[in-house]
Amino acid sequence: MQFMLLFSRQGKLRLQKWYVPLSDKEKKKITRELVQTVLARKPKMCSFLEWRDLKIVYKRYASLYFCCAIEDQDNELITLEIIHRYVELLDKYFGSVCELDIIFNFEKAYFILDEFLLGGEAQETSKKNVLKAIEQADLLQEDTKEAETPRSVLEEIGLT
Amino acid sequence: MPAVSKGDGMRGLAVFISDIRNCKSKEAEIKRINKELANIRSKFKGDKALDGYSKKKYVCKLLFIFLLGHDIDFGHMEAVNLLSSNKYTEKQIGYLFISVLVNSNSELIRLINNAIKNDLSSRNPTFMCLALHCIANVGSREMAEAFASEIPRILVAGDTMDSVKQSAALCLLRLYKTSPDLVLMGEWTSRVVHLLNDQHMGVVTAAISLITCLSQKNPDEFKTCVSLAVSRLSRIVSSASTDLQDYTYYFVPAPWLSCKLLRLLQCYPPPEDGAVKGRLVECLETILNKAQEPPKSKKVQHSNAKNAILFEAIALIIHYDSEPNLLVRACNQLGQFLQHRETNLRYLALESMCTLASSEFSHEAVKTHIETVINALKTERDVSVRQRAADLLYAMCDRSNAKQIVAEMLSYLETVLKVAILAEKYAVDYSWYVDTILNLIRIAGDYVSEEVWYRVIQIVINRDDVQGYAAKTVFEALQAPACHENMVKVGGYILGEFGNLIAGDPRSSPLVQFNLLHSKFHLCSVPTRALLLSAYIKFINLFPETKATIQEVLRCDSQIRNSDVELQQRAVEYLKLSSIASTDVLATVLEEMPPFPERESSILAKLKKKKGPGAVSVTEMEDGKREGGELNGGGDRGPDSTPSPSADLLGIRSAAPVSAAPTSAGSLLVDVFSEAGPAASSAAVNDEGFLRFVCKNNGVLFENQLLQIGIKSEYRQNLGRMYLFYGNKTSVQFASFTTTVSCPGELCSQLNVQSKPVEPLVEGGAQIQQVLNIECLTDFSEAPLLNIKFRYGGALQNLTLKLPVTINKFFQPTEMASQDFFQRWKQLSQPQQEAQKIFKANNSMDTEVLKAKLLGLGMALLDNVDPNPENYVCAGVIQTKGQQVGCLLRLEPNAQAQMYRLTLRCSKDSVSRRLCELLAEQF
Repeated sequence: MQFMLLFSRQGKLRLQKWYVPLSDKEKKKITRELVQTVLARKPKMCSFLEWRDLKIVYKRYASLYFCCAIEDQDNELITLEIIHRYVELLDKYFGSVCELDIIFNFEKAYFILDEFLLGGEAQETSKKNVLKAIEQADLLQEDTKEAETPRSVLEEIGLT
Repeated sequence: MPAVSKGDGMRGLAVFISDIRNCKSKEAEIKRINKELANIRSKFKGDKALDGYSKKKYVCKLLFIFLLGHDIDFGHMEAVNLLSSNKYTEKQIGYLFISVLVNSNSELIRLINNAIKNDLSSRNPTFMCLALHCIANVGSREMAEAFASEIPRILVAGDTMDSVKQSAALCLLRLYKTSPDLVLMGEWTSRVVHLLNDQHMGVVTAAISLITCLSQKNPDEFKTCVSLAVSRLSRIVSSASTDLQDYTYYFVPAPWLSCKLLRLLQCYPPPEDGAVKGRLVECLETILNKAQEPPKSKKVQHSNAKNAILFEAIALIIHYDSEPNLLVRACNQLGQFLQHRETNLRYLALESMCTLASSEFSHEAVKTHIETVINALKTERDVSVRQRAADLLYAMCDRSNAKQIVAEMLSYLETVLKVAILAEKYAVDYSWYVDTILNLIRIAGDYVSEEVWYRVIQIVINRDDVQGYAAKTVFEALQAPACHENMVKVGGYILGEFGNLIAGDPRSSPLVQFNLLHSKFHLCSVPTRALLLSAYIKFINLFPETKATIQEVLRCDSQIRNSDVELQQRAVEYLKLSSIASTDVLATVLEEMPPFPERESSILAKLKKKKGPGAVSVTEMEDGKREGGELNGGGDRGPDSTPSPSADLLGIRSAAPVSAAPTSAGSLLVDVFSEAGPAASSAAVNDEGFLRFVCKNNGVLFENQLLQIGIKSEYRQNLGRMYLFYGNKTSVQFASFTTTVSCPGELCSQLNVQSKPVEPLVEGGAQIQQVLNIECLTDFSEAPLLNIKFRYGGALQNLTLKLPVTINKFFQPTEMASQDFFQRWKQLSQPQQEAQKIFKANNSMDTEVLKAKLLGLGMALLDNVDPNPENYVCAGVIQTKGQQVGCLLRLEPNAQAQMYRLTLRCSKDSVSRRLCELLAEQF
């Protein structure tokens, strides 16, 4: 896989993961082009399209589009299920995931993705194992949090 | 704002994100972000040391701002500091920032690498994984240099945790892709291959991606993986759906791993070892069998996972191309999918069948699905699926079905001209237009008629801002080893004119350009070669350094003694010109050289001519241009007749030089829209021929055994230009050939027709051209006469024809709404303003045919105006020098009686009568 993009029906990018080196300018150009192309497609159309020399596999979940670019010899259907498994992972972690969860906890969305896919390839396809890794990490931060000094009142109300 | 459920909520971050989401405008968002950036900058610069938590929060805010699409130019140092924090969450955010915002600042890279090194040696699996993820995400050369030798060790070490092994395998894969020279497997090869046997399915899943990539590059070193992969696959395929626990996905055992195993096997030929091969064939058969079993779940995930494996297995069967039985089974399976209700499966089946078609074992089996595929081409709603169907038809075509397939494809490709028209109509960006049309020529060159490529050239010539881009684009397009001749034409023309704009780049230096063009020369037809010769002489002027090379080419026998007169003449003349003329003279001569014979017409003229079903009307076309920012350069419509670089390109005033070899209307390369049948030869009185031109502008006016007269004409406001092509059909010269155009009676005060005399000799088989300029002074009813006299053998031939100049040619279409139409209709209520005829239908009453005729008439065909949808109403204004005549038309067909009622109301009564007369003969 060369990259994965998550964007909303309004065309707002929610997550981007690039597995090939590209300049920021190029990334923006690709994103703009693909968001437009995918949003213009009708619901019953097929989930695959040829784009430049890549294949685009996309699927919509509620208000979010998940869009992957894969290479010629890659398998479209299994990529669709990569997307689905990622959605399942997010869902399990956040509990009925919605777009807002991904906006407010974007860093978590990235961490989960890194456990599941690395360098564009499936690293661990077992839902249990991925979530175990994330939960362990969360536990690590619970431990350390207790040792932290109490935060100021200002911080608590979000003014810093 | 949702409650932040897990982990450490960073409240400041959540508030910031909320603020951004609440911004009403882009400006407000930018303002809020700038405020935040200033705040963070001051915190980072402040005297007070920040605690880890604050640093993490600010770094995370910066990351969020970056992901919104804004540039971030600070904070890297703080992120790097976080890497060495011993608090996991701080380290994690630091790594995320680095992964997303890599900066090749060498100082930082050194620090980052240090931090990674520390984490890799920490023996804390969670930290090790974070460090490996970072390397895999960044994957830079510097990181490969630092870690490529360390990671294989971690991957194969006996005491490495499974999760770390998984990350290490994929991390190494990423480094191998960036810097293959730095990743040396050597001693590790065998242990890496044996990861295929690992107990842990996750480790196998990750490792196999690495092994596949390495096998592609070094198949011999890794070939032991084949038997391991087969046995692993066999175990998965034969396992029950519950055996693999969490690696079973919707009742399908390990679909990702299965696909990857099948993919790995595609790096190798069929296994030589009989036992291994037998086992593999068994696996493939099992997979094919499972496709026939009833699904274990109705969920699409189940069928997708199952079919993902099936398609990968079919890909392997096709790759082997040695098992006829499996190939045919695969083909049958795909045949079932061709009619599946899931669009995705139909798409993939078409795609996969395309490769099956090339196998001798399955070609016949694929062909049995031809009807289904043709049907897909016609009925699929999704263009990407239709594209697949077209590809497959192409792949399955052979002698037995070529006629059927070619016919279907042709009708599919009829859209080509429409593509060109739409591209032009909606183009606001010329480079996009050039790209689109060149792509069209590349993909469907044979179906692109001459007009299309003329048009690109017209546009490029008239737009100096796109010339450099066009030159670069054609130069690139010509690099293709086999490019369409139309591409060579466009390329030759554009490089000859504008090659200097890209000559600064050594990759497209003058000589490189010349050699590229000349490499195509010998494969081209005579007209294209002639064009190329002209491009060469232009090169001599543009680039004096190419002179010697080009002269040498011109001088060789194949040019200077070419059996084709045109080519020979060009070669001789250009050679002489380049040798005798001084640079100044050359520059002048070549500057003023007329463009490549520009035959007045272009896509639009073609469109005007056709006005076929579904074509874009001329008004629409022109409106589109106005909205779209004038693709055609200044669309000046004034009466001045000086051609300027920005003159309109519709052709009327572009003063096309009289071409040496005019084409007749019928000679278009492949004319997919051609509607005109063979011309009926008419008697000297050509009423019938005359009437055929009321609704069209081009065609054959007259033909007998000796002579053919073709017409092309164009009108704009009250002006017109008509090209007459006189073709000598015999092999004998016509002598004393003269033509006279006259306006009998009162017509001479109504219409002004000017013509240039023609050459008195017309050689056998030759065609000569005459241009008439026509001006409409006031409305008229008669037709100008064309008298032709010539000697054929001893006999004097004398012929008089009516020239098809009719009042409707000076129509400007007028779009109007229903209300306006009826209001004007009422205004034209005096009895003499109306002319009406009821007549029997002479031709088909088909809607599309009628529409095409009415459009050809030159009026605007108005939709949704007449309450009865069966009726047609049109509106237009006739432009004469003295006045404008508004006209409204209503045509009421009665299909049952095969009759029409035609009503015309015009602001001038003579016009109503004349139009009514002319039109009553058209339907």
